[in-house]
Amino acid sequence: MSAAPQKAKAGAEKIAVTVSAVVPLNDLVTRFEFTRTDGADFPPFSAGAHTVVEMRDGDRTRLNPYSLMSDPADRSIYAISVRRDDQGRGGSLFMHTNVKVGDQMTLTYPVNLFPLDLRAKKHVFFAGGIGITPFKAMIAQLEQSNGNWELHYACRTPALGTYADELAEKYANKVHIYYDDQSQAIPLEDLLDGQPLGTHIYVCGPAGMIDWVHATATAHGWPSENVHSEEFLAPQPGKPFEVRLCQSDITIQVGEHESLLEAMERCGVDAPFLCRGGACGQCETDVVEADGEFVHRDHWLDDEDHASGKKIMPCVSRFIGKTLVLDR
Amino acid sequence: MSKFQFPESIASRPVYGTLEPRPGKAHLMIADAEGAEAILDLAAQDAGLMAKTHIIYIPKGTDFAEALRALEPAQFYEGPSYAASVQRIRKVLGDAHMGLQVYLAGTEGLMGQAMNEAVSAGIPASAIQTEHRGSIARRMQCVHCKGITEDVTTDPFVCSHCGLNLFVRDHYSRRLAAFQGVCIDAEDPGNVPAPVELYK
Ligand code: FES
Repeated sequence: MSAAPQKAKAGAEKIAVTVSAVVPLNDLVTRFEFTRTDGADFPPFSAGAHTVVEMRDGDRTRLNPYSLMSDPADRSIYAISVRRDDQGRGGSLFMHTNVKVGDQMTLTYPVNLFPLDLRAKKHVFFAGGIGITPFKAMIAQLEQSNGNWELHYACRTPALGTYADELAEKYANKVHIYYDDQSQAIPLEDLLDGQPLGTHIYVCGPAGMIDWVHATATAHGWPSENVHSEEFLAPQPGKPFEVRLCQSDITIQVGEHESLLEAMERCGVDAPFLCRGGACGQCETDVVEADGEFVHRDHWLDDEDHASGKKIMPCVSRFIGKTLVLDR
Repeated sequence: MSKFQFPESIASRPVYGTLEPRPGKAHLMIADAEGAEAILDLAAQDAGLMAKTHIIYIPKGTDFAEALRALEPAQFYEGPSYAASVQRIRKVLGDAHMGLQVYLAGTEGLMGQAMNEAVSAGIPASAIQTEHRGSIARRMQCVHCKGITEDVTTDPFVCSHCGLNLFVRDHYSRRLAAFQGVCIDAEDPGNVPAPVELYK
């Protein structure tokens, strides 16, 4: 056993906050700003960090990760920008329709799975749509230290270009916007060409864009260490299934629209997590017995782990089959 | 044969691989002595490689230079010593862009020092390929006077700066690109075991 202090509850430590501003930015995206309910300063965070927002939706608790997009130097507020997803699981819709100024909510301490590599000689950001949010904080952080950066930001239309005008105006020489409806596309190959040695690139956006940037950079001889990405997966619905949790000594049912992690939490099991999006590795759980097929969806385990049937990431992955016994 | 199988050792001791062609906009190959053979093997795997390659080679008394020149790399430089070549290495790295692949081959001293240059130019160490060929002589730092003795082949050996008798450790400093040599007769001056050849 390690001597590290054991936390009372799974997930990062929590902070009670008050919603201080709700700012609609366009048809789809709204910014939410929070102050600490106890009036103190927020813990400092490094750009790229996310927080998990706890939403009390009737008797259901929703926990969704969002990138912090406020200036890391400003410890009086935390801000997130949320894109409404009408087809999604309801978290973003809840934020858009239910959350009002003055509401009491709970955030977790920031966790950074998408940090800047400060050894970089230059930082090049590629954002797609709402993927702009972590870069807002990164730009603020780099501006403080006179960092060398540029942003290439693809949006659907000018009307949906969240923060596009603001950024383009403030940093005219560093910000490049590409609008889909004007058939503009990020000239990735040209941009990868001729970057000084020690340049790092960062991509946040849809899965297809992330894969495209990784694949193109690899083909151009970029080391994988210089290419950073962040994609939070939302758990996908699937057939209900039954799981035996042998440490807790209970058998639980995972419903169609909840994740395995959420089902464990609903049944009172204090299962570990940080990102709830298949990225951080915190929820990794050993499989004791399985008769059926895993539906692995995380970015954490490697192919070998996935094939072994010995591990599962309950925040995003599911199971189809007769028996599943987990060491939890 | 210029290949040597190093025995298992402590974590700080570098391990080397086998060079393989990788996609890249440009290729920089730095080698000394028998390291040339690793480059010849590499070139044989990919006919298109040399047209985008800059070779910096230090023969150290061997005669591989002609064979390397015959590969017709885009640029070829032959240096009399590592120290004489390092300015050129810095200039090439300073002018380079992302997409450059770096290949190092030959002695540990050469690879360690060139690795330092490439890392400080902004390439992650894990993205730099290395292949050991030829001499197993070590670049040693005396932990007492901090002087560097190149091409050490026996253990113990005499520090070329302060004259202490030094025990050859596997403890390696990436920053210095050197192994650490520690006084072997500090407790009992003069009680020095007979030097044996490294790995014998
Ligand atoms: S909670 Fe982060 S991977 Fe599951």
